[in-house]
Amino acid sequence: MNVRADWEVVIGLETHAQLATASKIFSGSSTRFGAPPNAQACAVDLALPGVLPVLNAGAVECAVRFGLAVGATIAPRSVFARKNYFYPDLPKGYQISQYEIPVVQGGSLAIAVDGVEKVVRLTRAHLEEDAGKSLHEDYHGMSGIDLNRAGTPLLEIVTEPDMRSAAEAVAYARALHALVVWLGICDGNMQEGSFRCDANVSVRPRGQAAYGTRCEIKNLNSFRFLERAILHEVDRQIALIEDGGRVVQETRLYDPERDHTRSMRSKEDAMDYRYFPDPDLLPLEISAETVERIRASLPELPAAMRARFTAQYGLPAYDAATLTASRSLARYFEAALTAFGGDPKLVSNWMMGELLSRLNETERDAEAAAVTPDMLAGLLKRIADGTLSGKLAKEVFAILWDEGGSADAIIAARGLAQISDTGALEAIVDEVLAANPKSVEEFRAGKEKAMNALVGQAMKASRGKANPAQVNAILRRKLSG
Amino acid sequence: MSLSIDDVTRIAHLARISITAEEAHATLAQLNDIFGMIERLARVDTEGIEPMSHPLGGAQRLREDRVTEADAREENMKNAPAREDGLFLVPRVIE
Repeated sequence: MNVRADWEVVIGLETHAQLATASKIFSGSSTRFGAPPNAQACAVDLALPGVLPVLNAGAVECAVRFGLAVGATIAPRSVFARKNYFYPDLPKGYQISQYEIPVVQGGSLAIAVDGVEKVVRLTRAHLEEDAGKSLHEDYHGMSGIDLNRAGTPLLEIVTEPDMRSAAEAVAYARALHALVVWLGICDGNMQEGSFRCDANVSVRPRGQAAYGTRCEIKNLNSFRFLERAILHEVDRQIALIEDGGRVVQETRLYDPERDHTRSMRSKEDAMDYRYFPDPDLLPLEISAETVERIRASLPELPAAMRARFTAQYGLPAYDAATLTASRSLARYFEAALTAFGGDPKLVSNWMMGELLSRLNETERDAEAAAVTPDMLAGLLKRIADGTLSGKLAKEVFAILWDEGGSADAIIAARGLAQISDTGALEAIVDEVLAANPKSVEEFRAGKEKAMNALVGQAMKASRGKANPAQVNAILRRKLSG
Repeated sequence: MSLSIDDVTRIAHLARISITAEEAHATLAQLNDIFGMIERLARVDTEGIEPMSHPLGGAQRLREDRVTEADAREENMKNAPAREDGLFLVPRVIE
């Protein structure tokens, strides 16, 4: 029922990424998550009289890193502004943000949906401070205020209305999430609110040039909620227009429990924030030298690394994309490949198979993998030289993960090496032939399937350690003789 | 341009200032005087002059990213009229 053929969906996203600084954007309080309430709120965060904000160089550096990574212009001069509104978790009565001149201007991010590449243009990214938290339950009709989060640095990243489906919006959000984590400017923890999206959604009849009236959906702190909320909002807007109504510009809240969006406030009673330049802060100037110093410190970016993995290692595009999903995974690949020194595709296969499934199971990052790149390389060497069959290698991998050690030590201790010794294999095959006269007869009568049964028996007799290719060859030779 | 009495009550509401009708009229006159002054300023030819965002010259000094503030919750909460579980308590507000 979603996205009917005669309607086009238009989506723009605003994302708040919490910057991974040690201290707050305008004070020396810690930004660590999970501290006891108000233990990380100093006089500046509490807006006590007479305090002044002092801008954190670390937050500025994060913004510049991001701007450079998306090919944006780093404003040589940008201005902080006050966004005025009243809410108890905003003690100053205004949020310090950037309005007319943001620090990062323009830029773009490439996404791919079902193998089709697309470029999403960015409008801007600006620095601002987060508000505190209000707890509305359990305080006998009052609200509890925790200001630990007040003043945490945020980068608000705004796109042009370039996305045309919920799938594209999710692809963009994922690519952006991967990039900010890759750059080390955001921990990306969505449960803790480190990365949150608002979506501007509108629909228009296909072929119409003017945009439809948009609604902004807030409170989207998972990729799944982002997708669900957009799909529902699109349905709501199309149904409304087809029933002769019209979309009213408003802010809507996504309710994950009921899986729908509901109106928060319309444009008429929308807040008038009365932005003006903050007299407490001078303009932020960033010199060309600073920009170049930060540019030189940037890591190789995911898109460049993806291209290099296909060109340099001959990996399929899918493998290259999977292995560059995170910086730690990409590092793991290159470390394992260097230690192994063999076929890159073998490394890739084992990482995308056994390693990723174990990492997902244990919810670990590649950096914390129980099987290190060196340990995996040791295992791959024994696969490449024929000591281990694929099946045995999986067993060894499981032991490596659970108990540690090295592949060689495990093979020796458990007698897991594949039997490739011709004499030993011939003895096994002879036994199997003697014990299975019926299969032998069937094969000689032209039943190719009987061969599989015989190979299976030989593998069983060797407890999985026989080299299957060799067993096959010996069987054929003996049966045709 | 001059303000209407509705503008004044709206601005007062946005600033959460409660004013009587009488005060609104007095404020309207004062605000319109200020706007008159701004209009005179707006007539000055500023062609080719870069707008200032701050009356002082210079650029913002930056602070090193370091935690310098220790937990001072007890001290900070001394003046709070109501508190519980380390939280400031305020009249319930739900947006």
